Amino acid sequence: METNQITETINMVAEEHLDIRTVTMGISLLDTIAGTPQETAKNIYTKITTYAEKLVPVAQQIEREFGIPITNKRISVTPIALIAGKASPDDMLYYAHALDDAAKAVGVDFIGGYSALVQKGFANGDLALIKSIPRALTETDLVMSSINIGSTKAGINLDAIKLMGETIKAITDKSDTANAKMVVFANAVEDNPFMAGAFHGVSEPDVVINVGVSGPGVVKRALEKVQGEPIQIVAETVKKTAFKITRVGQVVGTLAAERLGVEFGIVDLSLAPTPARGDSVAEVLEEIGLEMVGTHGTTAALMLLNDAVKKGGVMASQRVGGLSGAFIPVSEDAGMIDAVKAGVLSLAKLEAMTSVCSVGLDMIAIPGDTAATTISAMIADEAAIGVQNNKTTAVRILPTNGTKVGDMVDYGGLLGTAPVMQVVEKSSANFINRGGHIPAPIHSFKN
Amino acid sequence: MAKAVVTVVGKDQPGIIAGVAQTLATHNINILDVSQTIMSDIFTMSMLVNLEKLDEEFNALQDDLNAVGDKLGVTIHTQREEIFDAMSRV
Repeated sequence: METNQITETINMVAEEHLDIRTVTMGISLLDTIAGTPQETAKNIYTKITTYAEKLVPVAQQIEREFGIPITNKRISVTPIALIAGKASPDDMLYYAHALDDAAKAVGVDFIGGYSALVQKGFANGDLALIKSIPRALTETDLVMSSINIGSTKAGINLDAIKLMGETIKAITDKSDTANAKMVVFANAVEDNPFMAGAFHGVSEPDVVINVGVSGPGVVKRALEKVQGEPIQIVAETVKKTAFKITRVGQVVGTLAAERLGVEFGIVDLSLAPTPARGDSVAEVLEEIGLEMVGTHGTTAALMLLNDAVKKGGVMASQRVGGLSGAFIPVSEDAGMIDAVKAGVLSLAKLEAMTSVCSVGLDMIAIPGDTAATTISAMIADEAAIGVQNNKTTAVRILPTNGTKVGDMVDYGGLLGTAPVMQVVEKSSANFINRGGHIPAPIHSFKN
Repeated sequence: MAKAVVTVVGKDQPGIIAGVAQTLATHNINILDVSQTIMSDIFTMSMLVNLEKLDEEFNALQDDLNAVGDKLGVTIHTQREEIFDAMSRV
């Protein structure tokens, strides 16, 4: 083995913030359904604490042996709306608390799957779950929620979008920060290890380990060595770096699954930033040649980055899944925050960027007096981008009461700090209030 | 578990190799390969060691090496070999 390869790996961790962002255990709850919500909740608690009992110690040991930090240990479960098909909104709280209690008992950072899939319509459990979200997210600590409101196959559920705008406002009235624990998806994936959107899809095995890797700092450092070179060299460099990062996920995931005695699922290579300097996707885009993220050329640079990350990752792992690409959350990325504060990065530009990267409008603070229908319309725009382009899009928009444009809101820890952004003030109410269903695009009919 | 890479980086002084090798010997660990240089006063060494019988004791070895590192004023990383292989080979 070459000494410089050893040094390279050690530097990636020590100086460039390479980390395994998460080892996420997916657990199916389909076999926990019992006669009453209380019994089911008890079964949920038992199943999660049984399978995930050793998740945290096993992850910590692997961290030690490989010398690679594993930042979060998480659990994702079957969308609760499917498990609680008969429940009322009040009953739903039993499930939320069972998840929260189980997560705390095994010591994980978050548990995802307080979710409903309503792209084509609502079943009883879906509506009950959505109505319970404001209480569930404010009465628990570690539970994360996601709602899928559209897909390329099913089209877009405008009724659900309207409801989610109102739900986001209702959460805001209960808490300044709980909105960060919920995301609204189009084309949600079933094996995503990242929060808030992780849930364990019904086609997944009983228990599985998925891994999310990150390292925008590593990519930035690699790009510093090819300054001034043609753009295809940039793509090639990102690809090679993504390969190396993904391999770390593959090795860690395989070993974790083996030690926990469960199946290994996928590696999700997503350049997920943290608020730390040097761990920023914005800085990678700026290294490609932009004075500041948000200026003209940002969408093109992001398209190249996202695509090259996927290509490098696919080669490095047996199974790549999840979202795999570049994340552009505002509050979690020091470079994005700077660009918003400088007035260079607007909501409109962020929306354009989401058409070429792996997620959507993420961790964006907006004024608390923004109308519910305006929030719904933002969700509709994102869903349209995802559904039309066969990709996942997500919205995690954070209205905060009593704030105005330019104020900073702190969400704590990895969730970071976000500047309140300007929203277009003209109404979208008549559009959202129509309700109903936007038909699936013509290219979804492939059979 | 088969092999680990021990890397040592820090300001050069007498006794670094002796200290590290002594600790490895205490744990009954065989050194398979060593590469060492001095780059402008900075001592850099990487060792490939055999961990065949050490499944249980990895943490104890790592703790002892970290303690030796602290005493000698150098940084010691003890990591399983697979991670380097995985990143550098297709």
